[in-house]
Amino acid sequence: MADMRQDKIPVAEQEPLVRAKNFDEVTLGYSIEKAVREARRCLNCKARPCMNGCPVGVRIPEFIEKVAEGDLESAYAIIKTTNSLPAVCGRVCPQENQCEGKCVRGKKGEPVAIGRLERFVADYMRDKEPEVKIPAPNGHKVAVVGAGPSGLTAAGDLAKQGYEVTVFEAFHTAGGVLMYGIPEFRLPKTIVQHEIDNLTKMGVNIMTNMVIGKVLSVDELFEMGYEAVFVGSGAGLPRFMGIEGEGLIGVYSANEYLTRINLMKAYKKEYATPIMKSQRVAVVGGGNVAMDAARSALRIGAKKVYVVYRRSMDELPARKEEVHHAMEEGVEFLTLNNPVELRGDDNGRVRAMVCRKMELGEPDESGRRSPVAVEGSDYELDVDTVIMAIGTSPNPLIRNTTPGLDVNKRGCLIVDDTEATTKEGVYAGGDAVTGAATVILAMGAGKKAAAAIDAYIKNKCREE
Amino acid sequence: MFKIIRKKQLNDSVVLMDIDAPFIARKADAGQFVIVRADEYSERIPLTIADFDRDKGTVTIIFQTIGGSTMTLASLNEGEAILDVVGPLGMATKYESGIKKVAVIGGGVGCAIAYPQAKKLHNMGVDVQLIAGFRNKDIIILEDEMKAASTALHICTDDGSYGYHGFVTDKLKELIDAGAGFDEVVAIGPVPMMKFVCKVTEPYNIKTIVSLNPIMIDGTGMCGGCRVRVGGEIKYACVDGPDFDGHKVDFNELVRRNSTYNEVEKQHVCRLMGGASNG
Repeated sequence: MADMRQDKIPVAEQEPLVRAKNFDEVTLGYSIEKAVREARRCLNCKARPCMNGCPVGVRIPEFIEKVAEGDLESAYAIIKTTNSLPAVCGRVCPQENQCEGKCVRGKKGEPVAIGRLERFVADYMRDKEPEVKIPAPNGHKVAVVGAGPSGLTAAGDLAKQGYEVTVFEAFHTAGGVLMYGIPEFRLPKTIVQHEIDNLTKMGVNIMTNMVIGKVLSVDELFEMGYEAVFVGSGAGLPRFMGIEGEGLIGVYSANEYLTRINLMKAYKKEYATPIMKSQRVAVVGGGNVAMDAARSALRIGAKKVYVVYRRSMDELPARKEEVHHAMEEGVEFLTLNNPVELRGDDNGRVRAMVCRKMELGEPDESGRRSPVAVEGSDYELDVDTVIMAIGTSPNPLIRNTTPGLDVNKRGCLIVDDTEATTKEGVYAGGDAVTGAATVILAMGAGKKAAAAIDAYIKNKCREE
Repeated sequence: MFKIIRKKQLNDSVVLMDIDAPFIARKADAGQFVIVRADEYSERIPLTIADFDRDKGTVTIIFQTIGGSTMTLASLNEGEAILDVVGPLGMATKYESGIKKVAVIGGGVGCAIAYPQAKKLHNMGVDVQLIAGFRNKDIIILEDEMKAASTALHICTDDGSYGYHGFVTDKLKELIDAGAGFDEVVAIGPVPMMKFVCKVTEPYNIKTIVSLNPIMIDGTGMCGGCRVRVGGEIKYACVDGPDFDGHKVDFNELVRRNSTYNEVEKQHVCRLMGGASNG
């Protein structure tokens, strides 16, 4: 009989005012006792709506049943059949829109804490993992462009099938957004590195410092004997608003701000990476990236951090937990506000953001009520740093150097429902296809593409 | 890891390194750059490719020790390795076909970047007037190389201790007024120098290419740190450049943005020097 308490078993967290000053992980995770109790809340219902909500199809009720029995090894094995990065997903997936959003228990009370349980199982098993098995080689080579969530997932799935996989990564470190974007306090880098190490143990070759489209083209990869190429090159060029003052000192893209902190470790004394010692920061945007930037700014030492968002709290696209954590830590949300100008001092440094108040009008094509400016409502917000977190536009490096690779009007790679691009043997997924989206959607695409690549190569061999 | 095959001190603060990087050497072209990270704790530093040897698989970088990360890089010796080198990044310089005479202008360590441009043009059969400016005689670099890559080399020193006494802009104006008839001017060096070269050429309506080196992290368009305003539009130096039409570049904004970390950097260098240079 399931435990019918309505609320999730609470999870331990660092105190808000303590954690807002350090980069250690905010959420401390379940103990085994708590995990077992939470697992018992699952009804193990027949319909399994949670699984429909999962882009990689984790067998959720099955693994939770094993947790309830205290058999964590089996629980982990079940998760790993479909999800190669459970410790990551348990931490960064927007569960409220996916598995937990569909959970029957959520109709009356809180859904089962699927994310926390997934994370718990992965963390518990980290140092108990059985030796990674090296699959028998099948004699075929596949190239993966980009070592982010989609590329790593595709590489893992292909390697399991015996493919010789080489991942080409532009940065000096593999991991993509998991390393440069999502901060340590939300996703410790040792966890990401552990998952990457598991891939290399399985035989995946990761070549860093390789910018495909520059040092090698996609066509050259084929010439080198790779039979298929998966492009998971990720987010592109950061967008700016196009308002006056974006060239002032103290205006960052979120990509730059977060990369300096996460990848280049500007928060650690022993690293040379400079970052501004900001006091009053405005982050523009309402997604996860905006939350990460705002909370990082607090930890770098800012006294006051605002999130400036043109719609209302209800439309904030960020994961609920991140908004909640940001508020607890003291980030102030200026919703229904839109920046119209940045003003500088005599030295060209940002001193203020001119904000215009907005109100919600009729719903737009996205179904969200669109913000309308309130005339005469402009006011100055005193800030010394502005971080733009309003999305990216696709990177042109690969599309410009790969004949036959078509993109849509927005510049994103066009793929069919097997993630095949318009060029034979080239598959793509993640932000390079969708524009800025989530880790789990990218992983889902990598998974689908790996299956399609496997079918493509096998089919080609049969024809020959 | 990328092995340092040869290291040469060009003057007190400028170092040349040939680095074993066969993939990059195969694709490199004049105008492109690499990003290097000397060790785990260093910044990623963009450096224009000064030369490359496709057969030997090497690329040459020339840099001035101006901050913590360049000091670390300069401390590495022949036979040791640089942790990360990535490239070739940016677009190679494109010249109009049919150009006959070009002034290539280098300022200080910028001559290291002007040199491959001169070499490329010289090999194309273009009349290259290479104007190289230095503060004084002691810091002149690459004199023989530049001489070999140009029709005429005009070395200028601010104090007159060698060659022409004056700024590169003075020499350039003299040549133009004497009827040189340049089809293009290429200027590479400190931002103020490039700005003033553009001021000289603008009234004569001579196309002027500048090579920009703004703050940068990834070098692939991801961070947006290297954004510059060109003709009123935002451009990313790493993917759209690093070369731009100098008459359209907002140099004032560039100077300003490049100074973002001046204070932080000074403190960092002080820490490295154990406070010796403090105050």
